[in-house]
Amino acid sequence: MVAKIVVVTSGKGGVGKTTSSAAIGTGFALRGLKTVIIDFDVGLRNLDLVMNCERRVVYDLINVINEEATLSQALIKDKRTDGLYILPASQTRDKDALTVEGVQRVLDELSGVFDIIVCDSPAGIEKGALTAMYFADEAIIVTNPEVSSVRDSDRILGILQSKTKRAAEGREPVKEHLLITRYSPERVKKGEMLSIQDIEEILAVPLLGVIPESKSVLKASNQGLPVILDSVSVAGQAYGDAVDRFLGQEVEHRFINPSRMAIFKRMFGGE
Amino acid sequence: MSLLDYFRSRLRPTSAQAAKERLQIIVAHERGGNNDEPDYLPAMRKDILEVISRYIAIEQDQVNVHFDDSSDCSILELNIALPESPTRISTTPPVVATETSES
Repeated sequence: MVAKIVVVTSGKGGVGKTTSSAAIGTGFALRGLKTVIIDFDVGLRNLDLVMNCERRVVYDLINVINEEATLSQALIKDKRTDGLYILPASQTRDKDALTVEGVQRVLDELSGVFDIIVCDSPAGIEKGALTAMYFADEAIIVTNPEVSSVRDSDRILGILQSKTKRAAEGREPVKEHLLITRYSPERVKKGEMLSIQDIEEILAVPLLGVIPESKSVLKASNQGLPVILDSVSVAGQAYGDAVDRFLGQEVEHRFINPSRMAIFKRMFGGE
Repeated sequence: MSLLDYFRSRLRPTSAQAAKERLQIIVAHERGGNNDEPDYLPAMRKDILEVISRYIAIEQDQVNVHFDDSSDCSILELNIALPESPTRISTTPPVVATETSES
């Protein structure tokens, strides 16, 4: 069995990489795929908090790379979702501890056991981010409808096309998916925010999903709950749709137009 | 936002449009501009332009310095479009060395 390796990346920080990794990884597991999410943010790990397993971290990715622990010692089994595991990053080492050979070995070993490996990339374009994307088969580029995020995403796309293993070996390029987060249809309508079409036109990457700005995202991370498990929230549902699309289903985009209530407010001078 | 504001806003270009236009320009520039070009290139470009404009009246955008880095060799390409009838800035060389011949 060869696992599919998916990197969740963005260039810019704070756009929702970890939130998206947690949600999408959980979504894969909910659909029956044996999934592991790896936190590549060495020194600034946070996936453990978002997945509510911060008190269960004993060993981490760097321990496994340095052969101070085995994979089965370092992998944390998610308590909520069957078939979901987390491999935390080290909080004390620095990014130099990530070696391409070491990561290759860990991924090879995981590949025999899992269906899908989600690599949660750190921000930036330095070693941690480059290592997280190096082995990727597919990439989810998380972008906010905002100038600096779109520009950084474009930069990351260039790196995906030139500095990954697939590029080095001249194989079929990494398959790219655009995930727009913190989208506000009301503000787009008012001309205050880049629209989906604007971003698609600039980045020219197929759209995987649009996650609307939603209070439930912060609420979920407060509780250490991947937001996809909040099936009432629009963000949770939008992540669910994105996962289905990733797995090949055709799902229509929802929550991309202003709600009726918002139109009503606008016409009659509400906020 | 009231109904009146709504129609008024349709007439003015919005901030989202400005964002899109600025992004299109910078992204095109960064994609086309070779990201592997050396750090000294902008300074060198400026120096080359300075040297040329000492002799010929030339516009900044008529000098094109391009650096190409492929795996086995690097090429520095200098492309200067001369004006149709080059006007020389001065007939004497700019270095003042004529006075010293008398002794």
